[in-house]
Amino acid sequence: MTGAFRTKTGGRIDRQKSVSFQFDGKTYQGYEGDTLASALLANGVHLMGRSFKYHRPRGVLSAGSEEPNALVTVRRDGRRVTPNLRATEVALYQGLEAHSQNRWPSLNFDVGAINSLMARFIPSGFYYKTFMWPRKAWDALYEPIIRQAAGLGDAPTEPDPDVYLNTYAHCEILVVGGGPAGLAAALSASQGEGRVILVEDGAELGGSLLIERDALIDGQPALDWLASARQQLAARPNVTILTRATAFAYNAHNMVCVTERLSDHRADAQPGEARERLWQIRAADVILAQGAVERPLVFPDNDRPGVLLAEAARTYLNRYGVTPGRRVVVATGHDSAYRVAIELQAAGVEIAALADLRPTPSGPWVERAQGLGIKVLKGTAITGTSGGRRVTGARLSPLIGMAQVGKPDWIACDAVLMSGGCTPSVHLWSQSRGKVKWDEALDAFLPSEAAERAICVGAGAGRFDLAEVLADGAQTGARLAGLKTPPAFHVEATPLAPRGVVGAVPHDRGPNALAFVDWQNDVTAKDLKLAVREGFQSIEHLKRYTTTGMATDQGKTSNLNALAIASDLLDRPIPAIGLTTFRMPFTPVTFGTLAGLARGDLFDPVRCTPMHGWAEAKGAVFEDVSLWKRARYFPQGGEDMHAAVARECLAVRSRAGIFDASTLGKIEIVGPDAAEFLNRFYINAWTKLGVGRCRYGVLLREDGFVMDDGVVGRLAADRFHLTTTTGGAARVLAMMEDYLQTEWPDLRVACTSTTEQWAVIAVQGPKARDIVSRLTSLDLSSERLPHMSLVEGEVAGAPARLFRVSFTGELGYEINVPSDRGLEVWEKVVAAGAEFGLTPYGTETMHVLRAEKGFIIVGQETDGTATPDDVGLGWAIGKAKPDFVGKRSLARPSMSDPDRKQLVGLLTERPETVLEEGAQIVASPGGTPPLALIGHVTSSYASATLGRSIALAMIQGGRARMGQKLYSPSPQGDIAVTVCAPVFYDPEGERVNG
Amino acid sequence: MLIITCPYCGPRPEIEFSHGGEAHIARPLNPAALNADQWTDFLYLRTNTKGVHAERWRHLHGCARFFNALRDTTTDKILTTYRTGAPRPDLEGLTP
Amino acid sequence: MAEPLTMAMPDLQLGLSPAQPLVRFNLRCREADVAACSEALRLDLPTRPCTSAENGGRSALWLGPDEWLILTSDQDDPSSHLTATMGDRFFSWVDIRARQVGLVLTGPESARRLNTGCPLDLDLKAFPIGMCTRTVFAKAEIVLWRREVQSFHIEVWRSFAPYLKGMLAAAG
Ligand SMILES: [Zn+2]
Repeated sequence: MTGAFRTKTGGRIDRQKSVSFQFDGKTYQGYEGDTLASALLANGVHLMGRSFKYHRPRGVLSAGSEEPNALVTVRRDGRRVTPNLRATEVALYQGLEAHSQNRWPSLNFDVGAINSLMARFIPSGFYYKTFMWPRKAWDALYEPIIRQAAGLGDAPTEPDPDVYLNTYAHCEILVVGGGPAGLAAALSASQGEGRVILVEDGAELGGSLLIERDALIDGQPALDWLASARQQLAARPNVTILTRATAFAYNAHNMVCVTERLSDHRADAQPGEARERLWQIRAADVILAQGAVERPLVFPDNDRPGVLLAEAARTYLNRYGVTPGRRVVVATGHDSAYRVAIELQAAGVEIAALADLRPTPSGPWVERAQGLGIKVLKGTAITGTSGGRRVTGARLSPLIGMAQVGKPDWIACDAVLMSGGCTPSVHLWSQSRGKVKWDEALDAFLPSEAAERAICVGAGAGRFDLAEVLADGAQTGARLAGLKTPPAFHVEATPLAPRGVVGAVPHDRGPNALAFVDWQNDVTAKDLKLAVREGFQSIEHLKRYTTTGMATDQGKTSNLNALAIASDLLDRPIPAIGLTTFRMPFTPVTFGTLAGLARGDLFDPVRCTPMHGWAEAKGAVFEDVSLWKRARYFPQGGEDMHAAVARECLAVRSRAGIFDASTLGKIEIVGPDAAEFLNRFYINAWTKLGVGRCRYGVLLREDGFVMDDGVVGRLAADRFHLTTTTGGAARVLAMMEDYLQTEWPDLRVACTSTTEQWAVIAVQGPKARDIVSRLTSLDLSSERLPHMSLVEGEVAGAPARLFRVSFTGELGYEINVPSDRGLEVWEKVVAAGAEFGLTPYGTETMHVLRAEKGFIIVGQETDGTATPDDVGLGWAIGKAKPDFVGKRSLARPSMSDPDRKQLVGLLTERPETVLEEGAQIVASPGGTPPLALIGHVTSSYASATLGRSIALAMIQGGRARMGQKLYSPSPQGDIAVTVCAPVFYDPEGERVNG
Repeated sequence: MLIITCPYCGPRPEIEFSHGGEAHIARPLNPAALNADQWTDFLYLRTNTKGVHAERWRHLHGCARFFNALRDTTTDKILTTYRTGAPRPDLEGLTP
Repeated sequence: MAEPLTMAMPDLQLGLSPAQPLVRFNLRCREADVAACSEALRLDLPTRPCTSAENGGRSALWLGPDEWLILTSDQDDPSSHLTATMGDRFFSWVDIRARQVGLVLTGPESARRLNTGCPLDLDLKAFPIGMCTRTVFAKAEIVLWRREVQSFHIEVWRSFAPYLKGMLAAAG
């Protein structure tokens, strides 16, 4: 037995497959094909959650994605926990474990529900008003309480073990919604050549056809027609059908994002399995067949568990074989409730009364209901319910005129079904920036002017008659597919009057009655009244002040009623009040779906040099430099970084070191105007740079600030090989292309990235020449290959560009060989260097060595506001050049202000004290904040070579402060420093000569 | 994600492109001749148009060309795209 | 982290294998000199966007209106002939043989699998055989060249190759 409220037969559940599941620790039985909500209802459980603000007990309201109340957390194991799922959409599987939310300590007894008793004291804007003052109470008092009491579900604390996939897809026609309109559209559209993707939120195609018991299509019962339609679609090669797939975002230029749930419905879903796939679908045309959402009635106590939407009850009955109760009251302003009453009665449910707000309802459904003996009360309002955690009675009052009610009658019942009519779903349409227009006849906003190539069909476009719906879908699909004749469907169905009611139901319950408009955010008609009284008149303000429509359901069931109530209060028609914008996502989306595979090792590309494996094998510690992994130091025998770096530094200074510089950006500049281009681009003068010679180049932005630097070598009259910083490679190349393509298209020059063409092996130190000369027949003498020169030839058997350059201040070479030869050459250099004590060193040592020489690192000494002169590179400017990028900006008066921050060296009074990089510098000690800050430390290291600490800093008017004593405030007190020149080692620069 | 029609490659997804700021701001041929205000205009001042805006794009992960687009900043509709160096097209007759 | 060279290991399950050893050049040349350049290379440089041309083991892939990727066998180096023939005409010819690696993705699922990271429409009508273009695969730039209905040649910078392979493997 799977529940006392299960019908004997019927529904689309598999009655052979019983499934046991847990809700709040209690075990229940359901069937395969159930949702959590239908299985709970079958067991007579209506209470599925507590409301957000008042913690009122709440039952399930709907049967679909619009559900505001029944939000649950589904837990598979400690790591796979998903909060805020709608029980109406959670597919039941063996062993499902679900928990209600917003209750403490339990769903049945909730301390927070005291809020409900205090509801008259928690009006709209309560949070804004109460917590504004005193400020200090916020952290200590208000926030912890609110955090305990409020919030929707708990976020899981452990990393999500599941896999989330991504797919880009393209189609000519995308159909969103697999109900009758969407099916008809897809059936007809796919008769054309184009690709059709049909996206359905639910577990199976069909939409309202899945619960249709009255209509015949082409002479067949709706379910039979549906089965054949599904077969036809599945057989067409140009059709892709996605079920359990929610179109949650309609982005610009017809990009619709869909999340497909791959495994949540399966009992055997394992951690690490693909759980969801994000489809980014680009469609030439989009057909939105999203259907409509039934409107609740706004009457006092309408949130009692057991009160639900009438069409939802029909869904539970016809799709899941579940009845909402044994004796129900139906309250309506719309024909569809009659159909529900008739079908429930046929299933053995007693219809205690059917109260229709309309004074004179008529038509075939009304007649049929009356013919079946259903007690129809015309012109009758529902004005209250009784009961605690379940409704026990309905208060029905005769309407007197439009706004008054007479003496009420109480009718005992265990469920109340309500219907105010249908609101077309214009969510995705609205996301696409399509306009809506108020339709007086339907009391609904309907799609009007499109912003994208999108079109709404069926109920979403205000067409509710099945024949019309199918025709609309078929004709639209055919038109977009270029068919001459759309398929036609013959429908026999009892017509429903489309119009319902909107706004609040009149009642006599006084001003404090709680008639809910927005269930999820606990907004009542009274709250809206108060907000209007306080002067909020625009719907956008009303929304934010009362929070109506701002919950995760985005007001799917509430927006129109809220508007109608505001319209009444303001005495302005609904279209004059306007509709707030629906935003993505249509229903909440997991972070996993949005992140996809971009996590862990695949978050970003991890770029490794050809010698990476070697460094790894030698125990190198790596650091991230942009996307690259660079060896930072090579610890030996338990060395810490400090010891390793000290050893590596001394090795380079005394013998030689080998360093992997492959990550440096490289660009080959080719063409007869290459030198002219460099003249215009870099601050330096290039025309006179001889073939085979190199020069340190500095690049500015047009605003005059240093952007990048590197070495430029001339390979031939019309060919240069230049380097950029590791992180700046793409930026520099893009800037070059920009100038060449848009400013100087006349220059005959082209730039090609060669960063990854060349592996770069730096050999630095007094023994560098001895080592490299073992590997090449090239003449390495200072006469033939002086400092800042290059030669092409063979090194270690590989074709090489051999640069004699130094970023350490020592005699040095950078051997460029094709990347695929990098490791081989590296190993040969290491072998050749063994007898000379060649030591591998990393970026940390490189940083120390260059700082000892006062060489800047762009992005460390510079911060985007440093001129060449600020960092001591004024000498590099080609003074005779009429123009170069940034030159005009350097002429601005502020750029030569003597009080600009300038690069200097700092020596701490105590040689062992190493300043913090980023530390501020002040002129006098012992001040009290705010201090006058005159500069900051940019680089700071313990220098093994010098046996003391060194630092580079940018200090206001720094070059005029040589010898001055300054201070760096620190938590341990002021640290005294002396300003010095930024070159600490070999100031004459003789060591590069070897 | 927008679809941007590269004048060379045709319609392609936005993810292949990089944005390049306002179009039709040529670097002065002789910056030294400009006074401070004129240079400031060139460096910093942009129109921040509400409506149809001429802007530069580069088909970075495609043909790598810079080109210009007329985009309505209120709707994200791209009315037309055209090659660098071509004059800004008249709005007449352009439909997105 | 896998070394790009491990790309040499074919992954049959992924339908991913290394391309034949290739020599690659980046060619930049202006419209007026395309004919001369074509002649020197004995290969009609394609001028229609996103198309390719092949002749005698040499291929030219249009990458931009003045840019081609030239692929040839590792026995063949057109450099000196080209330089001699072009004379004073401006062109840029840069050896990038080691800059990137070539991969071949083959199989009935190859287009679908590329679409897990590549945003282009890879339907045969939109991306016919012979079409080539720079594009992206997730966070890596690639050159994608369709050789057959179910076979794509991918060029990717060497340090991005492990990422590309990792993404393809993870996406399934
Ligand atoms: Zn392009």
